[in-house]
Amino acid sequence: MSSSARSTVFFIGAAGLAVFLLWGLTGLPDFGNFRGDYGLLLNRVGVEQTSATNIVAAVTFDYRGFDTMAEEFILFAAVLGTALLLRAQREEEEEPAEDMAQDRRPPHDSDAVRELCLGLVAPAVLFGLYVVAHGHLSPGGGFQGGVVLATAPLLMYLAGEFAGLRTLSPRTVVELAEGTGAASYVGVGLVGLGTSVSFMKNFLPLGRAGDLLSSGTILILNFAVGLAVAAGFVLLLTEFLEQTLEVRRRSRA
Amino acid sequence: MTILQAVVLLLVAAAGTGVVVTRDPLNQAVGVSFFGLLLAILFLVFQAPDVSLSAIVVGALALPLMLLLALAKIRGGAE
Amino acid sequence: MNFLPYVVAAYLLVIGLYGMVTSRNLIHMVVCLSVVQSSTYVVLLSIGYRLDATAPIFVDIPVGTRAVDPIVQALTLTDVVIGVTVSALLLALAVQVHKRSGTLDPNGLSSLKG
Repeated sequence: MSSSARSTVFFIGAAGLAVFLLWGLTGLPDFGNFRGDYGLLLNRVGVEQTSATNIVAAVTFDYRGFDTMAEEFILFAAVLGTALLLRAQREEEEEPAEDMAQDRRPPHDSDAVRELCLGLVAPAVLFGLYVVAHGHLSPGGGFQGGVVLATAPLLMYLAGEFAGLRTLSPRTVVELAEGTGAASYVGVGLVGLGTSVSFMKNFLPLGRAGDLLSSGTILILNFAVGLAVAAGFVLLLTEFLEQTLEVRRRSRA
Repeated sequence: MTILQAVVLLLVAAAGTGVVVTRDPLNQAVGVSFFGLLLAILFLVFQAPDVSLSAIVVGALALPLMLLLALAKIRGGAE
Repeated sequence: MNFLPYVVAAYLLVIGLYGMVTSRNLIHMVVCLSVVQSSTYVVLLSIGYRLDATAPIFVDIPVGTRAVDPIVQALTLTDVVIGVTVSALLLALAVQVHKRSGTLDPNGLSSLKG
């Protein structure tokens, strides 16, 4: 089908889709007039039932914790798929990064970039841990903090230290960390099953709302998700970086 | 609906158009980073700070990074 | 005026689809897919919004203050992170396609080779 014919078919279809979409969206309550009882009820009783002042985190990890477990498995599967797709194929081989450096122009090494990136690695790790740990008190949590944590090895790469990236996050440790993060999420759920009747029940003492050590399993699940997300992103980054730096076709060797 | 929300919504629509219309993926990486930032401001104005944090971290950090790495691999392999 | 968020969301969906259908580059297609995904985030958050309400974080305000819906925010925040991970998977697929057939143009990829 030629490109203009395809565009015409698309425009007809898109016009129909837009009409139905807008017609359906007009059936919703007016903007600003939210009428769902479940959400409003959770706003009123959430702090008292879970001792977490961030109701969104309480919903993600306690009231709807099972859905978050499934979403974490989506993340795990996507990282697994990417690692599988980007491994060296049969007709390629991996050469260590130092050998390839000889026939490459060295990147323009700016002292300012190097110093800035190296100086920012420790604050990035600290800030990521802060966002993960305070997820149940203020906006933040495992997902956001995990991605912030994953930028620390990336900063090392930007500073020109690929070897430092490897040392900070060796392949086996990162893969182990990701599996541990995903498994400990399920593990917490299973312990809940063991100590009471329901899977993923919040079984730890709840503490006082506003304390750092409060809200029971929400804190632990935040850390598990933060670990899994950070390790997953570092794995993705190193897979892509290895593709650019180390993998070459065998015929070139 | 406040004026601020209306303005940010229109800016998001404009940025989305800009991202789609840019055909070169390298220029699109910058465009999608800006789109992520505008989305984060929109989520903040809709009183959703958690989602806004996610959008900043993902749209301005992770997505442009993956795009640039994929492009680097493709350009590098075309030598 | 009250209808504007839904119009913007529908517009983002359609324009993202247009970008995907008329794309000449697989990587451009992946970015347009993320535009389509962001339209769903806008719809979800627009549904949960209440006028003159604040965020559902009760650290410094008393419980019972008028707040927006927390459930759609919980859905959207995990959705955003998962979306970028799936985009990374699609980009890895695009890299492999380029390695195998040397082109990123979807029109230039013939489906079944002999």
